[in-house]
Amino acid sequence: MKNTKVTLAGVELKNPVMTASGTFGSGAEYSEFYDLGALGAVVTKGVANVPWPGNPTPRIAETASGMLNAIGLQNPGIDVFIERDIPYLKRFDTKIIVNVCGKTVGDYCQVVERLASEPVDLLEINVSCPNVKEGGIAFGQSPHALEEITKEVKKHAKQPIIMKLSPNVTDITEMARAAESGGADALSLINTLTGMKIDIYKRSFALANRTGGLSGPAIKPVAVRMVYQTAQAVKLPVIGMGGICTAEDAIEFILAGASAVSVGTANFADPYAAKKVAEGIEAYMDQQGVEDIRDLIGAVG
Amino acid sequence: MKSREYAKVIRQEKIAPDVYSLWIEAPQIAAEAKAGQFLSLYSADKSRMLPRPISICEIDPDRGYIRLVYRVVGAGTEEFSGLCEGGRIQVLGPLGNGFPLKEGKAFLIGGGIGIPPMVQTAKELSAIEDRSSIQIIAGYRSEQFLAEELKHYGELYIATEDGCAGTKGTVLDAIREHALEADVIYACGPKPMLRAVKAYAGEKGIECWISMEERMACGIGACLACTCQSTEVDNHTHVKNKRVCKDGPVFLSTEVEL
Repeated sequence: MKNTKVTLAGVELKNPVMTASGTFGSGAEYSEFYDLGALGAVVTKGVANVPWPGNPTPRIAETASGMLNAIGLQNPGIDVFIERDIPYLKRFDTKIIVNVCGKTVGDYCQVVERLASEPVDLLEINVSCPNVKEGGIAFGQSPHALEEITKEVKKHAKQPIIMKLSPNVTDITEMARAAESGGADALSLINTLTGMKIDIYKRSFALANRTGGLSGPAIKPVAVRMVYQTAQAVKLPVIGMGGICTAEDAIEFILAGASAVSVGTANFADPYAAKKVAEGIEAYMDQQGVEDIRDLIGAVG
Repeated sequence: MKSREYAKVIRQEKIAPDVYSLWIEAPQIAAEAKAGQFLSLYSADKSRMLPRPISICEIDPDRGYIRLVYRVVGAGTEEFSGLCEGGRIQVLGPLGNGFPLKEGKAFLIGGGIGIPPMVQTAKELSAIEDRSSIQIIAGYRSEQFLAEELKHYGELYIATEDGCAGTKGTVLDAIREHALEADVIYACGPKPMLRAVKAYAGEKGIECWISMEERMACGIGACLACTCQSTEVDNHTHVKNKRVCKDGPVFLSTEVEL
């Protein structure tokens, strides 16, 4: 009997495939295409203590094998999220991971406290969004700040916490160790790489925010390298993401040391992408004679 | 369940510089679609990840055909312009809300590549209104396209920037020159045109529906890339940002800030 189940901080996922925060809303739009029960988990778009309006448009621009975004974490705030999005997601046989954002440490703590009594499985703490002026990446580029916010959030969180790391740092392992020291239960990486696109005919920035986060297959080799380095550096489970479009991409991340993977930008190129990745992993296991997906985690080299 | 499908290319022709008319066979979409909605077209080149939103120009539900008229503005639309009879393309739709058609004397205002959705709008209106009530005002930079189709369903008034045909100037100049009047307006075109049409409708107290355009990623309401500022709190995020792809692309002119 083939096993596709993986465990993250004590939470068992039916398969290692989840959605990357911000690309999948709270699942409702994609549930019109397939049963979300096909996925190991749905990771929601970031939610803050109060509604955030996000950035001015244009918020996105396509780039070679990827895209830039500067949505700016537009979200309805925790009240609407608890009332509307969690009950909706509960209808599906999948785990719920809530991505949490904030401007101050207090904001993050307020959101995780509100979620304590809610039926969510894991919390992903977004300390790596490059598109907001306050909070976000400000906590994700200094090992000290990252360790401190991890400690604080951990004190208030009932569910296990995943710290989502930014690739916009000199040494990813230093950040991973800081999150581990702060008490993180798991790590997810990579968030987007800060980029820029210029319209040469208008001589203006393609994004109203000038800079945006680069995602898609263009960043995959960077992500695989960082996942590998992180898995080597810490004992925590790692969730790998960055340009995953196919099951082959996902297997690469798992071999590099990821216990689970997230499909992000590929959802835009194909609304069924995440489901296809989950199915493709099973096909790979059958073809390669792999009995247990866990045998593949970190099995490179 | 929604589904994305491969549509068969029936035919394609260039109808003006950089403007192409593409007929595809997509029976399910043709059965459901209505004026003012759009399709997401996916590139065969996987290095271009984002679908291109293209408005529906004409629907032929009997044959299961959809007509798309678009302008080549970059590599993605350049690729689509190379599609030939017998080829295929991945499409998703119909997406968005479409125009709510009302009885009464109407202005159908199209500017540039905002003209194509007015063909289907006029076609649908012609089922409930007299030809004289369907007043189509098409604004071109210079070269015209779709004029024959538009004339077929209503009274066509043309405005061109260079004065090569019709009124020299804007769509509003054409309305004034012909002293036209309407009870309801449907408009699609560049933002400065929509802004002027909204102001005109406000002054005259005319109900006005405008179709908005914004850069999109998912096309289905999930990613929040294509928002526009709304006067009232939206029902998704509860701020004042409506999603062009899902809440629109058609909005009451008083509903959005331009």
